[in-house]
Amino acid sequence: METTVRTTHHAEAAAAFLRDEENVDWHNETLWFVRSKRDKAATLLPEWEDLREQASRIKNHALSRLDDYLVELEKNAQQNGITVHWASDAEEHNRIVLDIMRQHNATQVVKSKSMLTEECHLNPYLIKHGIDVVDTDLGERIVQLRNEPPSHIVLPAIHLKKKHIGDLFHQHLGTDAGATDPQYLTEAARIHLRQKFLLADVAITGVNFAVAETGGFVVCTNEGNADLGAHLAKVHIASMGIEKVIPKGEHLGVFLRLLARSATGQTTTTYSSHFRRPAPGQTMHLILVDNGRTRQLASPDFRNSLKCIRCGACMNTCPVYRRSGGHSYHTAIAGPIGSILAPNIDMKQYADLPFASTLCGSCTNVCPVKIDIHQQLYKWRQVLGEAGAVEPAKKVGMTGMDVLFSRPSLYRFAGRAGRRLMKLFPSLANNGKLNPWAIHRDMPKPPAQSFRDWYAEQEKK
Amino acid sequence: MKVGLFIPCYIDQFYPQVGIATLRLLQRLNVDVTFPMEQTCCGQPMANSGFQKLAAGCDRNFIRNFADCDAVVGPSGSCVLHLKEHLHDEQHPTEAAHLRNNVYELCEFLTDVLKVEQLPPVRFPYRVGLHTSCHGQRGLGLSSASELMKPKFSKPEQLLNMVDGLELISLAHPDECCGFGGTFCVFEEALSAKMGKDRVADHLRHGAEVITGGDMSCLMQLEGTLRRQRSNVRVMHIAEILTADA
Ligand code: SF4
Repeated sequence: METTVRTTHHAEAAAAFLRDEENVDWHNETLWFVRSKRDKAATLLPEWEDLREQASRIKNHALSRLDDYLVELEKNAQQNGITVHWASDAEEHNRIVLDIMRQHNATQVVKSKSMLTEECHLNPYLIKHGIDVVDTDLGERIVQLRNEPPSHIVLPAIHLKKKHIGDLFHQHLGTDAGATDPQYLTEAARIHLRQKFLLADVAITGVNFAVAETGGFVVCTNEGNADLGAHLAKVHIASMGIEKVIPKGEHLGVFLRLLARSATGQTTTTYSSHFRRPAPGQTMHLILVDNGRTRQLASPDFRNSLKCIRCGACMNTCPVYRRSGGHSYHTAIAGPIGSILAPNIDMKQYADLPFASTLCGSCTNVCPVKIDIHQQLYKWRQVLGEAGAVEPAKKVGMTGMDVLFSRPSLYRFAGRAGRRLMKLFPSLANNGKLNPWAIHRDMPKPPAQSFRDWYAEQEKK
Repeated sequence: MKVGLFIPCYIDQFYPQVGIATLRLLQRLNVDVTFPMEQTCCGQPMANSGFQKLAAGCDRNFIRNFADCDAVVGPSGSCVLHLKEHLHDEQHPTEAAHLRNNVYELCEFLTDVLKVEQLPPVRFPYRVGLHTSCHGQRGLGLSSASELMKPKFSKPEQLLNMVDGLELISLAHPDECCGFGGTFCVFEEALSAKMGKDRVADHLRHGAEVITGGDMSCLMQLEGTLRRQRSNVRVMHIAEILTADA
């Protein structure tokens, strides 16, 4: 873990990713294609902007009475026969999962996609305690075999090409060397995963929406793997961040319509699985995890980001994410929303992320629940600046600018001197070592006269 | 109406011709415009780097210069947005609020305040690519954004359409960020440069002879990229085109 203040981590990782420009272009275009599909799907709903507004209001309301709704959820879930647990942080969450496994003498677990368990680093924890944990979402399985975190919350292996996957499967699943046919590779993965499903004692799923009124919850997948896991295993553990609760079942319609369209341009996710009570002979556990969320809830500036339904649209549209790849964000949730959530968990370690944006605002516009993402990134910068979590060099530079711009005569003098210097020593201004701008771009040619000097002359005439 | 001309520091220093074109354009439209000599910077570089507090001196200086103007107009969406959102001074709250509510980006001022429907005749017979700057578009609402399912419009386009002979090209990504992003262009140099390159490529692919826009900072990014490629595609601020043969 990092201890020194370093706001350049993302920039360095992005620069490394950018070295393979062809790959970057492919990554960029693939994600833009998803964004375009989202646009098409959204255009087909004349009520799109109203839906966003409704979703935002429902979430705002739910957050404003989060305690009540969580208690209601707990009560109704318990009545349905679900065991409810509360975890204040990642460690407690992981311990609860392990305890449940031990109670059932379980050693094999199948997991369907859950960004929360990524956030809690559940996999390494379980493995350390001798448990065989298998991610069953195809993309998740791929990154798991590569020993990598997902690079995107909806498309976990989007940074990989067919060739990488062919090589990976050849190595781990014994497919033919050099095979890249998606059909063939998917079939191989299916056979491999089927064995895991049949052997598993426990299935872990995430939760997309939990309904306070009914005590049930919904899990959305495109592969049906959450269903398969939860129905075959004796024990189903569902982990959710406390912000996932919505008041009523009737609100689901709003979110389910927005989620898939925003994520991939589908009208609905292929499987929206509703879980309400354990099947006969099975046990069901629901873990409600805080892990920094109440802290975020208590902060008026950042509470809004708890509305996130993890659709990934902000990543697909983000011109920075598309060119830097998910891993450059070095956190479970990459992209614009991850850059807001991560510093809430650890301000020092993630101080670079709110700066990994041009604040273009596209994320804010696509967000189906209307989170003011780019404004929050701006606010994080102020918090980090004030907390001294920004690199000292940056602060020195900005202090210098303050001195310069608060004193008009000094500004005029410096401008004149600067332009003259650039004229006399153009190689200095265009030296990439002294001026990073000039590594890939030319500096503007300094004009003879500033606008101000020109204007003063006009006045005299 | 007394209008203060706000020429952001980098335009003052590097692109005086943009300031001149802006001034001429306003004068040709009979606006009573003055340029307060002691103005400097809007403070955005500090604020975007996490030191909004350090922009206090800038804020004070801005208010000192413009407080007696009915409106302030600047040829830069990004600086204007910063002023609209963040201009602040505890000692002069009324003046700060007055300026926040009455500072305009050039195109916005022309279409919304002056309600210009016809420009003094100008001819510019070139294929022009319009770079829609993010702060102008999404921040100030100068044009509709491709993400929102709302009616399409564009104030800069509306103005460019008044220019004789000008042909606006269409782009594959009408509103992708150019990657300038203030200090982002230095602190995330590699990424920023790549974004600039991609942005320029879209314009070139669609046959632009000139790239224009309302934000000289974005245009500086595109110009720097074009020059490095030894391209002879020109970059001009929209004020320069709207006064092309003035
Ligand atoms: S912040 Fe908005 S756009 Fe981004 S993942 Fe969350 S809901 Fe989707």
